[in-house]
Amino acid sequence: MKQREPISTGSEWTFELIQKYDEEIARVAAHYGLDTYPNQIEVITSEQMMDAYSSVGMPLNYNHWSFGKQFVSTEQQYKRGQMGLAYEIVINSNPCISYLMEENTMTMQALVIAHACYGHNSFFKGNYLFRTWTDASAIIDYLLFAKNYIAKCEERHGVDAVEQVLDSCHALMNYGVNRYLRPQPITPEEEKNRLEEREEYIQRHLNRLWNTIPKKEEVQESESPRFPKDPEENLLYFIEKNAPLLEPWQRELVRIVRKIAQYYYPQRQTQVMNEGWACFWHYTLLNHLHNEGLVTDGFIMEFLHSHTSVVFQPPFDAPYFNGINPYALGFGMMQDIRRICEYPTKEDRKWFPDIAGSDWNKTLQHAMRNYKDESFILQYLSPRMIRELKLFTITDNSTLSTLQITAIHDDSGYQKVREDLAASYNIGNREPNIQIYNVNVRGDRSLTLRHYMHNQQPLGEDTEEVLKHIHRLWGFEVHLESVSPEGSIIDEHHCPLRPQTEEVA
Amino acid sequence: MSYIIDRRLNAKKKSTVNRQRFLRRYKKHIKRAVEDAVNTRSIRDIDQGGQVSIPTKDISEPVFHHGNGGVRERVFPGNKDFVVGDEIKRPEGGGGGSGQGQASNQGEGEDEFTFQINQEEFLNFMFEDLELPNMIKKQLRDATSFEVRRAGFTSVGSPDKLNVVRSLRAANARRIALSGKERRQIRELKKEIKTLEGLLPNHDAVLQIAALNVEIKALNKRIKRMPFIDEFDLKYNNLIRTPVPSSKAVMFCVMDVSGSMTQSIKDIAKRFFILLYLFLTRSYKKIEVVFVRHHTHAKEVDEEEFFYSRETGGTIVSSALNLSADIIRDRYPPDDWNIYVAQASDGDNWDGDSHHCRELLEQRILPLVQYFAYVEITTGPHQNLWLEYEQIREKFGETFAMQTIIEPADIYPVFRKLFEKKE
Repeated sequence: MKQREPISTGSEWTFELIQKYDEEIARVAAHYGLDTYPNQIEVITSEQMMDAYSSVGMPLNYNHWSFGKQFVSTEQQYKRGQMGLAYEIVINSNPCISYLMEENTMTMQALVIAHACYGHNSFFKGNYLFRTWTDASAIIDYLLFAKNYIAKCEERHGVDAVEQVLDSCHALMNYGVNRYLRPQPITPEEEKNRLEEREEYIQRHLNRLWNTIPKKEEVQESESPRFPKDPEENLLYFIEKNAPLLEPWQRELVRIVRKIAQYYYPQRQTQVMNEGWACFWHYTLLNHLHNEGLVTDGFIMEFLHSHTSVVFQPPFDAPYFNGINPYALGFGMMQDIRRICEYPTKEDRKWFPDIAGSDWNKTLQHAMRNYKDESFILQYLSPRMIRELKLFTITDNSTLSTLQITAIHDDSGYQKVREDLAASYNIGNREPNIQIYNVNVRGDRSLTLRHYMHNQQPLGEDTEEVLKHIHRLWGFEVHLESVSPEGSIIDEHHCPLRPQTEEVA
Repeated sequence: MSYIIDRRLNAKKKSTVNRQRFLRRYKKHIKRAVEDAVNTRSIRDIDQGGQVSIPTKDISEPVFHHGNGGVRERVFPGNKDFVVGDEIKRPEGGGGGSGQGQASNQGEGEDEFTFQINQEEFLNFMFEDLELPNMIKKQLRDATSFEVRRAGFTSVGSPDKLNVVRSLRAANARRIALSGKERRQIRELKKEIKTLEGLLPNHDAVLQIAALNVEIKALNKRIKRMPFIDEFDLKYNNLIRTPVPSSKAVMFCVMDVSGSMTQSIKDIAKRFFILLYLFLTRSYKKIEVVFVRHHTHAKEVDEEEFFYSRETGGTIVSSALNLSADIIRDRYPPDDWNIYVAQASDGDNWDGDSHHCRELLEQRILPLVQYFAYVEITTGPHQNLWLEYEQIREKFGETFAMQTIIEPADIYPVFRKLFEKKE
């Protein structure tokens, strides 16, 4: 490869240099076939970075106290030096917006450009979850619509009334997605146009549901069909469409929170892959530039310094251990897949007959496009990675007095470790599976939720609080039953609280 | 193609609204935290800032999550010597059971959500709607400290302030003004001489010129006779004294430490003093605090001793008032200092002394101070000290205030009452 003059030698950045680096990185990224949205690179101050942090990384968002709380705590930690600010924030939008902090050195800016503008960006554009669940070209407009709408509601109905509804919706934010039904993308213009239409429709629809004149008890209670017919996993959707007492504007707030929750849904499921992909590409792209002589040795040393601290995995007994570092796991796996493709060992050929020796770039692209964390780990975590990270499984059975080591990095353990690790990224395991089970349409309008227990894990102590929020939205009694896989009811929660003595029908 | 945009000049403080909402929502908590701070910190440290802690559970946003229990399998990195089948002890407090799901970004295991409110906010939470009585009056009208400033010139004054330039200029002007008629005549005579000179060597003309010259001489003589300087010309520099608002304050904390004062009464008193101190810090750049404690004798002490050392004995309030008055006289001339006195007591006093206290206050203290606040911390009936003070309140309503505190919760309302805005 012919050696060229370095782009820059100092650590100070300028807009011209950023432009030049971006052009070179774009050239190399295209060489590797990365498909990205156009980039919009914005230089901001650390203060603005804190602002961005606290509105969940969004350039604009509606006002809510919880964002203020986030801001206050970020500010506090930053000032105390407990936390550095992230070098970058990148937004899944089209064009893809990335923030660079002005305090960064030129090397860091180049790292961020490679990481965010080409790594994350191509992931947003390529991964199936993002393609299905988010509409990159519409999100900014939708947020603007949401912000204005909520501001208008605050004017009309008061900040407190709006805040109450938002609080309740936030409590259910993780239950605002239909995991198996894919949404149709809608543009914000349509959204606005259909707003009134929808309000009217829902009111009519509701009235039909609730106005059913109660017939005499000719039908046995047990025979009356359940509503909804099948359990509904999207609690926010169900409330938006069916809660009897909500005003139209309150329904719209529920919808806004649900839409935004849906936008974050892919991010929650692809953290390891997304970060691993971005780290892999900043590493590959910048090393490529170094090989070409476009960046200096000093540059690459500074880069490696921050790179290695980002992808470091502390062991479980280290004082600063905080779970498995998604950057470390993701980057390690991406590198490992490339290795399996380029220099497969006998073990690799046995475990990964399909990809050992294949074209690494195609294989990685395929993995990036078609997997989420859970399936990615299940498919690609190699014995070698397990050995490198020295992974082991602890089984915590609350009926036993001790914890068991049930698998380690050896022949008999690889499979189990891999499955356990993959399972821990399954949202269905991580969060309690709670669905709408029944509404007492003809009687007291009470709402019954069911918690389908996983591995006999009970609900945490926030449950009563969340039920209060559901009760606020629903307006009538709310019941929650924890159900074992065999179908028997193990535990119950009620809101408002029931007297202990009463028998539950 | 990428767009590179410089956003650094865009609006900062985007989060201000959200932050305000947060503070507003947790106003009660923050107020409580502020009041706790009042209780525990040293008087002088209080205004250092506003670390506010709120129990995390009060501000958490609840979501459904798994509780402890059931079976879970978790994968960890960094195995050193575990092999399959090893059993290890469950970590204390069920810590091994939680931690799944979203990692908390507030930091796990912290029971308190701690953040900073700035001093301004901190104090605002303490002193909503309050205003120091008489303070504005003090600054505008009643100020007793002066600065000498030049204010033009006057025609009366002492010789040391004589302004020579101005005086001579005035004299010159006077001479010019008063000699106008003579000099006009001289000018006319000179003109005549000139025309006559045209007629020379006419004999008549020669005679006339001589006569005119004599006339001019006489006029010049009259001009010369005008005084070079007159008393009327004298100008003096005018210096006036302008009042300067004093920016220094001294606060006297006077407390009874006799046997009847329990620790809880002292705690209440401390909080009252803190409030006063904080309030003064908002108005004055420099504040000194003098602690005077007394039983039968009064003594000036440091803060630690003031609040925490125990002594017993009878009670003679006037000893403390005497000492305070002496300290004011010796160290805090009222011209330079704004003087505030806060006295806390349980109301006990030796019977014969209360009358003496009233005299002391009326003669030696109240004329000098901005404000004298007396709080009586008692559940019992008022005694003679209170009755004497009530008489003072009638006479000195502007600068003297008194209140009863029964339990800690009363402090704040009482403080507000003492210092409420007076129209």
